[in-house]
Amino acid sequence: MIESVLRGLGRWGLDLLWRLGRGHLFLWEILKGVPETFIRFPLLIKQLYSVGVLSLMIIAVSGLFVGMVLALQGYYTLVDFGAEDSLGVLVALSLVRELGPVVAGLLFAGRAGSALTAEIGLMKSTEQLSGMEMMAVDPMRRVIAPRFVAGVISLPLLAAIFSALGIIGAYLVGHVQLGIDAGIFWSQMQMKTDWSADVVNGIIKSVVFGVVVTWIAVFEGYDCVPTSEGVGRATTRTVVHSAFAILGLDFVLTALMFGG
Amino acid sequence: MNEPLIKIRDLHFARGDRAIFKGVNIDIHRGEVVAIMGPSGTGKTTLMRLIGGQLKPDRGTVEIDGQNVHALSHDDLYALRKRMGMLFQSGALLTDLSVFDNVAFPLREHTDLPERMIHDLVLMKLQAVGLRNARRMMPAELSGGMARRVALARAIALDPMMIIYDEPFAGQDPISMGTVVDLVHDVSDAMGLTSIVVSHDIKEAAEISDTIFLLSGGKVIESGSPIKLKRSTSPWVQQFMQGLPDGPVPFHYPGTPFAEDLLSGSEASDYD
Ligand SMILES: Nc1ncnc2c1ncn2[C@@H]1O[C@H](COP(=O)(O)OP(=O)(O)O)[C@@H](O)[C@H]1O
Ligand SMILES: [Mg+2]
Repeated sequence: MIESVLRGLGRWGLDLLWRLGRGHLFLWEILKGVPETFIRFPLLIKQLYSVGVLSLMIIAVSGLFVGMVLALQGYYTLVDFGAEDSLGVLVALSLVRELGPVVAGLLFAGRAGSALTAEIGLMKSTEQLSGMEMMAVDPMRRVIAPRFVAGVISLPLLAAIFSALGIIGAYLVGHVQLGIDAGIFWSQMQMKTDWSADVVNGIIKSVVFGVVVTWIAVFEGYDCVPTSEGVGRATTRTVVHSAFAILGLDFVLTALMFGG
Repeated sequence: MNEPLIKIRDLHFARGDRAIFKGVNIDIHRGEVVAIMGPSGTGKTTLMRLIGGQLKPDRGTVEIDGQNVHALSHDDLYALRKRMGMLFQSGALLTDLSVFDNVAFPLREHTDLPERMIHDLVLMKLQAVGLRNARRMMPAELSGGMARRVALARAIALDPMMIIYDEPFAGQDPISMGTVVDLVHDVSDAMGLTSIVVSHDIKEAAEISDTIFLLSGGKVIESGSPIKLKRSTSPWVQQFMQGLPDGPVPFHYPGTPFAEDLLSGSEASDYD
């Protein structure tokens, strides 16, 4: 009994290390293909569309609603202290520092990451990747690298859109519905939001999440068991691992950025 | 005779504990049509991937045109692959591209030809496989036989020196079977290609090949012209050439004897 538990644990550990090793070698291979991606621009544009533009809808709508809810919740708390004028600051800081990168990252993993894994996994299971290799076209450069670059470019932009729409949502609720003075709402926000401490740190987070989520997504697709079941599992893993990675890294990054 | 184009020496390959090849030697000369045959699961597809450099042997070498495939750098291997055509069993067409764009794919990737010329070249290749008028279709709209013909057109797009077919006859209806047999023959004849046909369809393979290699149990058990093999007195060869269900080459996947399995009671299962 104990022996088999230990054996299972050992196998799990070895498997994990093995996957981590493969994942990092894979990242190195991708990075070697990145410069070429900017030369073959049409390929990148196509991926920017399917990875970025197609995620716009869910990001925009979610951003708007998150901002509106934040404003409502914030208002009812702040108003007790007579501090409802700070609503703009509260919402902007929450979004720019945390919710923008994190929620956009989670949504991005669910929308674009899973689609990337499924697409690449399907290409693998239908021998399209093998076929490319035998046509002397390196799938790392032709298929993986452009998707990776597109993901890394897209997420920071999507996170910015998420935050911007969230702030607009908060303005609608705060000013139009709850009657906070628009001038105070905006000027407080402008005064108390710092460019480098808040905005830049938020952007750094979203870039890190973009790299990690897209890396996980393309790796899971490329590494999947090439059957329909294998592709399905890989897709699930992409979403779960991305979520863990985003939340864990967010904690680490926040501690580094705002803790010191 | 001059130096063979493909020289396989003492090839060993195992999947896990299971040895698939235990010392395979094969010579393939320029311009020849060679059939590599054996029952399902003997490792024909595996051999094809070893030749193409997608798998690495545990021991032994594969030499193509004087180059050891598994000792080449990434760039040299890719340069060699430009001169090889390979036809996967599934066709392996790129599903997001039309038939035309699939055939144009290697040309666009590897040459700087103007689009006008690519257009003409693609139509010529598609004409050769009888699918010029299907060029606007997507791979999902093609039948299995059509998909493989498109894949053939794509494989010859760069005028390779050799081409490997994986089970080109499997799952073809009688009419498209005839077409594919003719195509394989014509392509090697007209272009002087060295062709390797990996197959278990004896009749068709014997019809088009100059030399047959019979694989069984991880080794080449017999090789020679189709006529020589048909006259062979070896019971192994006879079993395979005549398509007898069981004989020296077992029909059953190796393992415990049937009687023992029946006596062992219920199967361990995680179903309940
Ligand atoms: N990816 C794989 N992993 C493990 N075993 C495999 C894999 N692919 C094939 N095999 C095994 O290798 C053997 C040879 O397979 P294959 O080359 O496809 O045979 P053939 O093409 O002659 O039918 C089979 O027994 C098969 O079970
Ligand atoms: Mg096979």
